[in-house]
Amino acid sequence: MISIKNLHASIGDKEILRGINLEVKAGEVHAIMGPNGSGKSTLSSVLAGREDYEVTEGEVTFNGKNLLELPAEDRAREGLFLAFQYPVEIPGVSNINFLRTALNEIRAYHGQEEMTAKDFLALVKDKSKLVELDSKLASRSVNEGFSGGEKKRNEIFQMAMLNPKLAILDETDSGLDIDALRIVATGVNKLKSKDNATIVITHYQRLLDYIVPDFVHILYKGRIVKSGGKELALELEAKGYDEIKKEFEIAD
Amino acid sequence: MSLVVDNKSAVTQNLLEQLQKKSGKIAFMPDAEIISAIRYLEDKGIPNNKHEDYKYCNIEAVLRKEFKSVEQSFNELTNADIAPLKIDEAINLVVVNGVYNEGLSEKMIVKGLTVKSLNELSSSEKNILSSQAKADTDALIALNTAFSANGLFLQVDKNNVIPMPLHVIYVNSGNANIVANTRSFINVQANAQATLIESFYNIGSAKVFSNFVSEKCVGENAKLICYTFQNEGPLSYSVNTNQVKIGKYSNYNNTTMTLSGELVRNNHNVVLADSNCEAHLNGLFITNGTQQVDNHTLIDHQMPNCESNELYKGIAKDRSTGTFNGKIFVRKDAQKTNAYQSSKNILMSDDATINTKPQLEIYADDVKCSHGTSTGKIDTEALFYLKARGIGEESARKLLLQAFAQELIDKIEIPSLQERVLHLFEKAL
Ligand SMILES: Nc1ncnc2c1ncn2[C@@H]1O[C@H](COP(=O)(O)OP(=O)(O)OP(=O)(O)O)[C@@H](O)[C@H]1O
Ligand SMILES: [Mg+2]
Repeated sequence: MISIKNLHASIGDKEILRGINLEVKAGEVHAIMGPNGSGKSTLSSVLAGREDYEVTEGEVTFNGKNLLELPAEDRAREGLFLAFQYPVEIPGVSNINFLRTALNEIRAYHGQEEMTAKDFLALVKDKSKLVELDSKLASRSVNEGFSGGEKKRNEIFQMAMLNPKLAILDETDSGLDIDALRIVATGVNKLKSKDNATIVITHYQRLLDYIVPDFVHILYKGRIVKSGGKELALELEAKGYDEIKKEFEIAD
Repeated sequence: MSLVVDNKSAVTQNLLEQLQKKSGKIAFMPDAEIISAIRYLEDKGIPNNKHEDYKYCNIEAVLRKEFKSVEQSFNELTNADIAPLKIDEAINLVVVNGVYNEGLSEKMIVKGLTVKSLNELSSSEKNILSSQAKADTDALIALNTAFSANGLFLQVDKNNVIPMPLHVIYVNSGNANIVANTRSFINVQANAQATLIESFYNIGSAKVFSNFVSEKCVGENAKLICYTFQNEGPLSYSVNTNQVKIGKYSNYNNTTMTLSGELVRNNHNVVLADSNCEAHLNGLFITNGTQQVDNHTLIDHQMPNCESNELYKGIAKDRSTGTFNGKIFVRKDAQKTNAYQSSKNILMSDDATINTKPQLEIYADDVKCSHGTSTGKIDTEALFYLKARGIGEESARKLLLQAFAQELIDKIEIPSLQERVLHLFEKAL
């Protein structure tokens, strides 16, 4: 699905990603954990194609294509989806109009015809149910005035609508109450198949109780310093990052 | 009258000479007024960028550069020329090169509505001409007064509500450089209501300097909703002066949409002359190339309990320039005034310029006034969010700019006008 090799990225003079290696196969769920500021969101932004970051070294292959050569929109059209840690409010652009445009541009990219209004609305209805998104939210401006939890739910709603191959969920659990967490996680699980993959970025075991990862990686100071199975997350939950920090401080 | 050639206003002198040679005598403006208008103009000169109010909009330079020779070689127009400019829902009235053209206008008898040319005014009616636009206050009003063509007079008699919009198509057309001094008077009497669309076009291949002056009176408890639709194209340079006076309990609402024109200067001056009235001025422009759009508004609160509201938005692309200059006066008797003003702009290129200048002069103590301006680039976070969902750069930009403008486009309550604006707006994006 995606293969990341020795990825280095900086902003200005500051190197934030310092050699990331990660291999995700179809059907897998990977969790990335790590202390604040370690570079998790940077990694997702770089993968999604945010231009503020400069990739200085390394390569990323996504379904056989050189991901780093593609503009952000083409990465999405190829099936990469990023659920933003901080979803952006876009006053004046309705959620529905936004999603219809996105969906149709993705379809056009694959040489498919535009979706009819009827099919589109049926899809909206179906997918908003999946994350129990209030139908009123769908017709409002993108994220405008949404509560923190509603914004996160809206991200997963968009994911459901666009049906990506690889979804990167950047702290989608933060800001969700217990019920919403369960609903969102259940939604993500329902969207899971043997043909797609998920990368979950989180600070909490709580989410991983629902979305059970096949692999857990610890990102620290721009590198994956440790990988393991789902028990690694439990271990972190119990011990915190102190040991990791001590162990890798010198390598700074 | 004698013309003294004065170096400091050689451009003005040249213009005056050419216009005097080539324009016919105007029947409806009293000679004395014409003479004093010319004197004023000779004295003050056509404004250039040394003039505080024309700092970003050098009219003199335009005349020097583009209108050294003025041919006044006007074109006649036919129904076929006008047909595509009409608006179906409205009564379409046509003014060609400043002259009201009855032949091209739709004839409809509507109770309480008077439409005629300025020289058909009776001598008592003539008294109100120039009551709002005084030649000794502004050089371009003076120029218009001196050379005004036989424009349009439109009146809604008291207690009448005109059921359909009135659409005045001001169209200029020349074979070679023309200067059109178009003038109109709109009088909405007490308890009357009307919706007016004023559209501005230039047909043909000649450059036009259009100096438009419209006086508008809104009587007691009357309502006038106005749409100004400006689409004069790249050969046109225009100054559009609206001198508006509104009465007690009245409501005046204007939305100005500027979609093309190499230079468009709008002077929109509204006097809230009596208590409990309201004025709403809205504007939207999108400029590209080397276009220049300059919206100057003046809201003059003279009496208590009135409200004014201004919302102007602009998008400047390429090397274009947009200006918003909004003056609000609150006179000492205008207690309990509410006056709001907002100007928001987006710069689409590093070479585009936006100038904004709010000016509040408040002489009453119990008032609520607020103003805000913002000018920025397109929101890159929002742009990335859209792209990250598979929306291409172009459509993402368009979505965001449309969203920015939507608030103003929504103010147009005439569907086919709204469609026309939206179509041109999208094309200009
Ligand atoms: N645009 C930027 N300009 C300057 N520094 C940046 C920028 N983006 C990220 N950084 C820095 O890069 C580092 C990594 O940030 P990033 O947001 O990737 O961390 P994170 O692991 O997602 O943290 P959190 O758990 O708090 O979300 C931080 O030190 C951050 O300040
Ligand atoms: Mg983060």
